[in-house]
Amino acid sequence: MTQSVVVQGELQGRVGTLSLAADRPVPNGYSFSLLSLIAVGQCGNQIGCCFWDLALREHAAVNQKGIYDEAISSFFRNVDTRVVGDGGSISKGKICSLKARAVLIDMEEGVVNEILQGPLRDVFDNKQLITDISGSGNNWAVGHKVFGSLYQEQILEKLRKSAEHCDCLQCFFIIHSMGGGTGSGLGTFLLKVLEDEFPEVYRFVTSVYPSGEDDVITSPYNSILAMKELNEHADCVLPIDNQSLFDIISKIDLMVNSGKLGTTVKPKSLVTSSAEALKKQHQKPFDGMNNIVANLLLNLTSSARFEGSLNMDLNEISMNLVPFPQLHYLVSSLTPLYTLADVNIPTRRLDQMFSDAFSKDHQLIRADPKHSLYLACALMVRGNVQVSDLRRNIERLKPSLQFISWNQEGWKTSLCSVPPVGHSHSLLALANNTCVKPTFMELRERFMRLYKKKAHLHHYLQIEGMEESCFAEAVSSVSGLIEEYKQLDATLGTPVEDLPRLSVAV
Amino acid sequence: MSIVTVQLGQCGNQIGFEVFDALYNDSHCPQGLCSKRENEVYQESCKERFFSEEENGVPVARAVLVDMEPKVINQTLSKAAQSGQWKYGQHSCFCQKQGSGNNWAYGYSVHGPRHEEPIMNLIQKEVEKCDCLSGFFIIMSMAGGTGSGLGAFITQNLQDQYSNALKMNQIIWPYGTGEVIVQNYNSILTLSHLYRSSDALLVHENDAVHKICAKLMNIKQISFRDINQVLAHQLGSVFQPTYSMEGSYHYRRNPLGDLMESLVPHPEFKMLGIRNIPQMCENSLAYSTFTWTGLLKHLRQMLISNSKMEEGINWQVRPPLSGLPPLGKVSLNRELHFNTSIANLVILRGKDVHSADLGGFKDPELYTSWLAPVNAFSAWKTQRAFRKYEKSAALVSNSQFLLKPLDTIVGKAWNMFASKAYIHQYTKFGIEEEDFLDSFTLLEQVVASYCNV
Repeated sequence: MTQSVVVQGELQGRVGTLSLAADRPVPNGYSFSLLSLIAVGQCGNQIGCCFWDLALREHAAVNQKGIYDEAISSFFRNVDTRVVGDGGSISKGKICSLKARAVLIDMEEGVVNEILQGPLRDVFDNKQLITDISGSGNNWAVGHKVFGSLYQEQILEKLRKSAEHCDCLQCFFIIHSMGGGTGSGLGTFLLKVLEDEFPEVYRFVTSVYPSGEDDVITSPYNSILAMKELNEHADCVLPIDNQSLFDIISKIDLMVNSGKLGTTVKPKSLVTSSAEALKKQHQKPFDGMNNIVANLLLNLTSSARFEGSLNMDLNEISMNLVPFPQLHYLVSSLTPLYTLADVNIPTRRLDQMFSDAFSKDHQLIRADPKHSLYLACALMVRGNVQVSDLRRNIERLKPSLQFISWNQEGWKTSLCSVPPVGHSHSLLALANNTCVKPTFMELRERFMRLYKKKAHLHHYLQIEGMEESCFAEAVSSVSGLIEEYKQLDATLGTPVEDLPRLSVAV
Repeated sequence: MSIVTVQLGQCGNQIGFEVFDALYNDSHCPQGLCSKRENEVYQESCKERFFSEEENGVPVARAVLVDMEPKVINQTLSKAAQSGQWKYGQHSCFCQKQGSGNNWAYGYSVHGPRHEEPIMNLIQKEVEKCDCLSGFFIIMSMAGGTGSGLGAFITQNLQDQYSNALKMNQIIWPYGTGEVIVQNYNSILTLSHLYRSSDALLVHENDAVHKICAKLMNIKQISFRDINQVLAHQLGSVFQPTYSMEGSYHYRRNPLGDLMESLVPHPEFKMLGIRNIPQMCENSLAYSTFTWTGLLKHLRQMLISNSKMEEGINWQVRPPLSGLPPLGKVSLNRELHFNTSIANLVILRGKDVHSADLGGFKDPELYTSWLAPVNAFSAWKTQRAFRKYEKSAALVSNSQFLLKPLDTIVGKAWNMFASKAYIHQYTKFGIEEEDFLDSFTLLEQVVASYCNV
């Protein structure tokens, strides 16, 4: 028996405590969707796999009656598998068989095949998959130009299909890595396709940036070429880097192994995903790292899926956090990274969660928002936290943070009443902050080192449609972005002054 | 006469529920401290205003619920149904699947025109249930996108279609910081549009109500529900029935009309605020006694020193002495000391209400020079006690109280506008820089007018 069937079995079987208003008819049924998740390349699919696993667990924990409700519908379709063909979607009532609102794309078969043989195989069908066997050879141009044109129609077809299944598609989520060929090349190719085909649907991208010691030699090329596409065609980008994820995992490990008084990691929390996960991490650190990113996506969407006293839809993220179209890179942090053993967490610990969200070692990229300039900041809280807790912590932390002159009160907040499974509360902080600049500069430096020597360039230039000007344009796009951040940084420390106002005749 | 309430957006719907709940619970409260007959008349009058009756006897709120996403409306409906005492009409909600994303332009220019017809139809159905319509009470926040943008659009439509009915907008003024980043933009767009289409804006500031929860209600961990309940209490203390004449047991029939007549003497001044006294948690209430003299003395000082609650009143503030040369224009840079009123309405509820001396509110020094106290001050009374308070007083005032918050919001929005930050999010949906400039101009005018009363 596969795991997803187990989860669905639980959804159906358990007598629930979830109370729904009894006599209220559901208007049109739920065929409403927040997002369609598109995983591209090896890294994207590994994270995606983690994500769907967690999403199923989370909804199983919250929805114990097995009724297909609004919250589930934002991630999954409810399908009657007995109906042959396409028409089996059920918009209300009992959960039959859940299908993820996702498209999996990889230009080699390994990871996708693994998923299809694994516990999650039932939440995907082949209509959602696009694979090839040859791979992109860590070459952005192969992914972008070759596979892009080769698969454009097929990808579009599948995306249209997946979009047809929902009457309100809010957001596409793309998960990919920047350093390789498929995720980086084909993933960013997709952005443009989506922009043309679904101009009203937001495009959020989770991009995994290569670390300095990356073993892919051409990763700086791939990343810079991809950055230009992200600059131009994404609404929001959440940059992640592997090194930071690795450091966070090590920190959790240390915490567990040090055996400090009262510090045990809860076995059932989603951060660690299962009791064995911790042990496994020593052999496969990527599992733990992918898990963190998957949690980021869960928390990012929680306030749109579940009830709360202060909701936050996905479209509010870019509305509040993106003051200028190009500056759409958001640094994220998740706290608490591990949950302490006791359940009734006193206020001091709750406040610690807020403090940690701003500290350097909780960021999902190597960046220090506290010592850089904030353009805007969002705090997305889950669990038993009230507006007074939020306000107290904002007041407390504000003096230690620097905000740009015209956005001194640049805070956006949300309160979702459903905590992550196994936790009592959690916080996702998103910062539009100039601290992303060093990551981009470092990447540009590594790019220039290769580019000056024209190293490996021929691998790219032999691809049809790829010219040397592509490289020059890409690096200038990234430089333009860096320059914008620099100019903002230059305002650091200048006193905030009110501008002369309009005067009216009285 | 009846009032039709329109609840818009997350904030409007959450507050609307608490308001109806407070109204219902007060009118069915056994401790009315008055005769059975009087209590019945009071109940009847409250019902006529805010509820219609269905066949099975459960009162149905005269309300239309509008939101652009389904979660909050579903929650609100089921909370009302669970109360078992009153409910919302079966076909009184309109919701969509995608919110306005904190974007005023999206609420106003996209959702508004797109959903105009069904929403206006729902409102019309509600209006048709009233024997006689006094007006509309529109509850919305100004920080987000749906309440603010769609709210401004709907208010404008009501103005076009029901030009004879009064429109009062209950506006939730956002916290100074920490709710929505573009709240100052959304606020100036909302306020400037409402200034053209609404008859009065009744403003509640989240910061002020939050303080009341902390200081007067002694709540440690304050939730939005706590805040909304205080707000609902204040609204109830104003809009529950009062006598139409001194000493009669007839209740005022047109509360909205009477209120506007007393408080909005000039279309340039339509910002109203509520203060109430006493306000405390139930535990303390049992050990407290009040005199009308004491309550009114405090309430008057709250008014002139612009204090939103009883605690921390500045007793140093005095009206400017007559005979001395006028102090000149109020400077916004200086702490605003004396809060000059344009008009005030005091509402007294409870024991010995006829003995209360309201002389302190009739002092000409409290008011602007162009309105005599006899025109600027009115009082409503009833012997029927409000909720558990043996005596209670509420004050609705049109005064300089909002000058500072308004000036701050306009200033912050202006600073942001100068850098052109976030403007692209609005132009995407048809709100151009010109529209912002129009809003700034109108509100600078309002600031100047209130400054110079």
